[in-house]
This record gives sequence, structure tokens and C-alpha cells, in this order.
Amino acid sequence: MAKSEIKINKERCKGCEICVVLCPAQVLDMQDFKVHVADIEKCTACMQCELRCPDFAIEVTRL
Amino acid sequence: MAYNYEEYIRKGRLPHIWCPGCGYGIIMKSMIRAIADMGWSKDETVIASGIGCASRLPGYLDFNTLHTTHGRSLAFATGIKLANPALKIVALGGDGDMSAIGGNHFIHACRRNIDMTVIIFNNNIYGMTGGQYSPTTPAGAKATTAPFGMLEPDFDLCKLAIAAGATFVGRSTSYHALPMEKLFKEAFSHKGLSVVEIITGCPTGFGRKNNQKTPASMLLWQKDHAVTQKMAEKMSAEELEGKFVTGILHQDTSKNEYVENYDKVTGFTLEQGGK
Repeated sequence: MAKSEIKINKERCKGCEICVVLCPAQVLDMQDFKVHVADIEKCTACMQCELRCPDFAIEVTRL
Repeated sequence: MAYNYEEYIRKGRLPHIWCPGCGYGIIMKSMIRAIADMGWSKDETVIASGIGCASRLPGYLDFNTLHTTHGRSLAFATGIKLANPALKIVALGGDGDMSAIGGNHFIHACRRNIDMTVIIFNNNIYGMTGGQYSPTTPAGAKATTAPFGMLEPDFDLCKLAIAAGATFVGRSTSYHALPMEKLFKEAFSHKGLSVVEIITGCPTGFGRKNNQKTPASMLLWQKDHAVTQKMAEKMSAEELEGKFVTGILHQDTSKNEYVENYDKVTGFTLEQGGK
């Protein structure tokens, strides 16, 4: 059961990959130059990606 | 829970103009959280900026915002504060805006000790005009106008602010999003001029020329080179070479604040709008 829900605003994402590199659980990857949730089951809702997304494109909600 | 930034931003203006991976968005988020935590209303908060990438920031924020001439954000901000001291003022700019073009305004605002917060976004380069070197480009680093490496030594903006008389001086980086938020809150609560320098990365103008090829590597570089004051006390001068100290570097509450001094001379309280 996933612990969180990740919403990505593709219009705002510029594909800088900060979230992909800084995610400690390898939840995210890139698809068509935008961030994409690869494996939501691994997400621990640590919020590192939301905190450091410069483009207001990621929202993480703890379930 | 996801943080609700939407309340404080002008949604129609996003996505912003900054390059992919620019640290300014991270600083903007920390600023929003700090202002919300301080409980400042949108009407009593004024954000002033000059010209440059950093100075585009107020355009995205839903407060009273002011985009002024190059380097002059502090001159405008001082005027606003004197006209209505009840307002909370944040003046921001890049390293070039504050230390080169606006360098004179910066040192004199520090000397005057007027109650406002100055945030300097230090990305070591003039990003908007194409990556020319700025007063904060480290010696040896490459820039468009320094293809063989920067020949001049760089400015330490925090030391400059302390020497000029600022009563609160702090430093953080765009990697340290949460400590930065805390530092902003401490700077906002300080009575007198507070200066906060944020070390951030310009992946387009600086990183590509200086072995920091991706935005994430710039953030990790900041993580590796930032030391807290406690750590710095235990380190030798050799170990501190190339590192920078973060946190509150200087705080002095003994100095008089400018608006209070002004009130004493004029005989009426500016807090009441001079009525």
C-alpha cells in the first residue's frame, strides 16, 4: 500500500532532474523530458522532492 | 501534507522565466513558507527588487511588490519604510544587483540600520545578461568574460555587511531549504537591518563552465561546501579553505534603529502615519 500520493504538474516541470537525483528512494524518473513517478510503493513521503522543486511542479501528500 | 503555495503566488504567471534547475525557485518557496509562518498579511508585506534574474521574483508573489531600477531596490525600500513604518519590508536582489550596481546603497543601508530584510541571491555570476563575471565570482572560476579564469579575488558579502554595520547577518544555501526558512524567520523577526545571503547555483551561466554540469550537482556541491558555525569552530584554517560558514554569523541588538531615531527628531510617530 503506497504511503503517499505524488501529483506532478507537467506544464510547470522543466525537467531539471533535481528531484530525481535527490530522491533517497529512487521513486522518480524521467519520461519525455519531464519527471515521472516510476514506483510510488517505494515513496516514504520524505518531501525532499517537493521541498527542492524550483518550479512548483510536485505535490506530495501523505496518505 | 503538501504545502499550499498557491495562495501566495500569482498563478497565471507560472511557469517562471528561470532556467531549468535554477535555485531561485527553491528560495522563493522558503520565503513563502517563512512569511506565512510569520503571520504577515499580504497587505502589510512589501517586496522590492532591482533588476536581474532574482529581481523577477516579486512578479510571481501576491504581496505588495515593486520592481525597480538596477541596484536601487534598497533606496526604494527605505522610502517605503519611512513613509509607512508599519509595513514589513523585504528587499531582494542578485549578487550583481546588490554588490556591484547597488553596492553603495547596500553598504549605506547597512550603516543606517533601518528595519528591513535584505536577501541576496548569490549565484556567482550575472545570469540574465549571459554569464559575465560578477564581484562574487570566485578567483579562478570561468565565466563568459573570464574564459581563462577569474583574475580578481571575490567579495565576501557577509563580511562586507558586518563591516558596514548591519545588525543581523546570516548565510544559507538553496540546498538547505528548511534551515534557510528558519534563517529567514529569524531575519524577519530582527529589528534593524538584516542581511541574508543565499548561495545558489546558475546551471546555465556558471555550472556548465565550472564542472557542475547538472542542477542537482550544483545543489550537492553546496551541501558539501557548507559548514555550520559549530563545525567551523572545530576546523583549522586549512580545512575551511574553499568552504563557507552558514547560519547566523552576526547579531547585534544594541544599535538604534533608524525609524525610531527619525521619530525622535521629528517629534511625531511615523508608526501612526504621521497623523
